[in-house]
Amino acid sequence: MTAATFDLRAKVLGYVFVVQEFTVLCAQTLAGLARPPWYLRDIVFQLDRIGVGSLFIVILTGLFTGMVLALQGAVQLEPYGATIYVSRLIGTSVVRELGPVLAALMIAGRVGTGIASEIASMTVTEQIDALRAEGTDPIQKLATTRLIACLIMIPLLTIIADGVAILGGWLVAKLYLSIDSYFYWTWAFEAIHRRDIVLGLVKPVVFGFIIAMVGCYAGFQTKGGTVGVGLSTTQSMVSSSILILASDFLLTKLFMAFP
Amino acid sequence: MDAGTPMITLRSVGLMLGARPILKDVSLDVRPGETKVILGGSGSGKTTILRLILGLYRPDQGSIFVGGQEITHLGERDLSEIRQRMAMVFQNAALFDSLTVRENVGYRLWERDLLSDEQIDLAVIESLRFVGLEDTVDKMPAELSGGMRKRVGIARALASGATALLYDEPTAGLDPINTCMVGRLIQRLKTKGVTQIVVTHDLDTAYRVADRIVMIASGRILFDGTPDELRRSAVPAIREFLDPGSMPPDWRLLPKPDIVDEPAG
Ligand SMILES: Nc1ncnc2c1ncn2[C@@H]1O[C@H](COP(=O)(O)OP(=O)(O)OP(=O)(O)O)[C@@H](O)[C@H]1O
Ligand SMILES: [Mg+2]
Repeated sequence: MTAATFDLRAKVLGYVFVVQEFTVLCAQTLAGLARPPWYLRDIVFQLDRIGVGSLFIVILTGLFTGMVLALQGAVQLEPYGATIYVSRLIGTSVVRELGPVLAALMIAGRVGTGIASEIASMTVTEQIDALRAEGTDPIQKLATTRLIACLIMIPLLTIIADGVAILGGWLVAKLYLSIDSYFYWTWAFEAIHRRDIVLGLVKPVVFGFIIAMVGCYAGFQTKGGTVGVGLSTTQSMVSSSILILASDFLLTKLFMAFP
Repeated sequence: MDAGTPMITLRSVGLMLGARPILKDVSLDVRPGETKVILGGSGSGKTTILRLILGLYRPDQGSIFVGGQEITHLGERDLSEIRQRMAMVFQNAALFDSLTVRENVGYRLWERDLLSDEQIDLAVIESLRFVGLEDTVDKMPAELSGGMRKRVGIARALASGATALLYDEPTAGLDPINTCMVGRLIQRLKTKGVTQIVVTHDLDTAYRVADRIVMIASGRILFDGTPDELRRSAVPAIREFLDPGSMPPDWRLLPKPDIVDEPAG
């Protein structure tokens, strides 16, 4: 066997190992949902940190997304004399795709890396071992609480991002495109079907799961002191972004398969 | 469990970390109420032994018993029950950064929720008083010096109410007054019948508190006996540890007469 194939083999085995470990962590985290202690105080704290802490960036993300969509959409619709229907385009694309994905990417950057670096530094300073020595299950105490908080907060933040994006589109429509407000809002809501809303809410739940679990996994598997903390943090951002985009495609495809 | 059964037993324990053997054929017994000191050079495997006893590592060979129950193959859930009987003072304290000193020291009492808030608070203050830090209760660990953190770590172990205490270098980084204080504390807990394992390379403290001393080098037991037996030992590796200045400077280069196959640290 040449050195190159050996290297490839080791790499592939490495990935398989990571996937296996990640799956085990997810299973243990979910198992933590099913039995006491519930760590309500930790959950409330995480809800506040994840939810309230991310509100501002999510609002900004939504606002500018909606505004730029209105500008670009108007350019596309102009030749057909359909500029006044720009809110249809904004409504559906925001609720189905851009709201969930952009909010999740921003939250991955803020919350996911925060989870990873916090757990990573607890790992390298033996605080995780100290928790185990106290008879506490670190996965239940740290991962399960953060997963619950992400599963609740990320859909809520996404709804806010969606709303603000449509509002941003309305600002542009009103100020630059001189579209009647009544017309804008009527068509915005007309275009959003129940299916879009379901898809737009399933996605952030999946993304919340990805953000929480990738962050926790990166934290728990940290090795090698403070250097390791930095690596884990970066790794969590890269991995969760890719997983978010890939699962977004898969979910959309899956939804289209069931009309 | 009667007084005859050991509280903690390691039987021919071997451990590899990565591809490296860290412990080889380590056996030791700690009886209830006994204070055992583990001596050994840096990197000899002392911390590793404590981590094995707590079930933080799993041995590759041999078996470990706590309170007569074998823990070698227990899962995390069962281990957490066993761990509640013990408390460990970590080498670098390992305080929870996100909690205040009060919450750190009372952590186990809070988690177990058997006492009222007032009772927990009393226990926390009392433990902190033992280590002379009752005025830091509302500080965060980051605001404390290294030696203070260590003492909070000791207070956390005390407050847990555990029947076995494991100390990883409790006096390293402490000034002479606090070193003496920790020694007294261990002696007092001895009279209360607490089982204790003290890892240290501080000989004064070792002689002062030990019922029995174990010395390890390169992951092997080099000596297991009373403090007096240790003092009388003629094994060169032990003599060097006890009094490094007394050895000829090149004794390690002479033909090896003892069981140490690779020098410690
Ligand atoms: N996670 C690990 N992976 C690989 N090797 C390790 C690991 N932890 C410790 N070791 C090695 O195991 C050996 C024993 O380590 P241990 O921490 O038990 O030493 P120690 O006796 O406590 O030393 P010190 O007095 O310096 O604290 C050392 O040689 C160390 O390099
Ligand atoms: Mg050590």
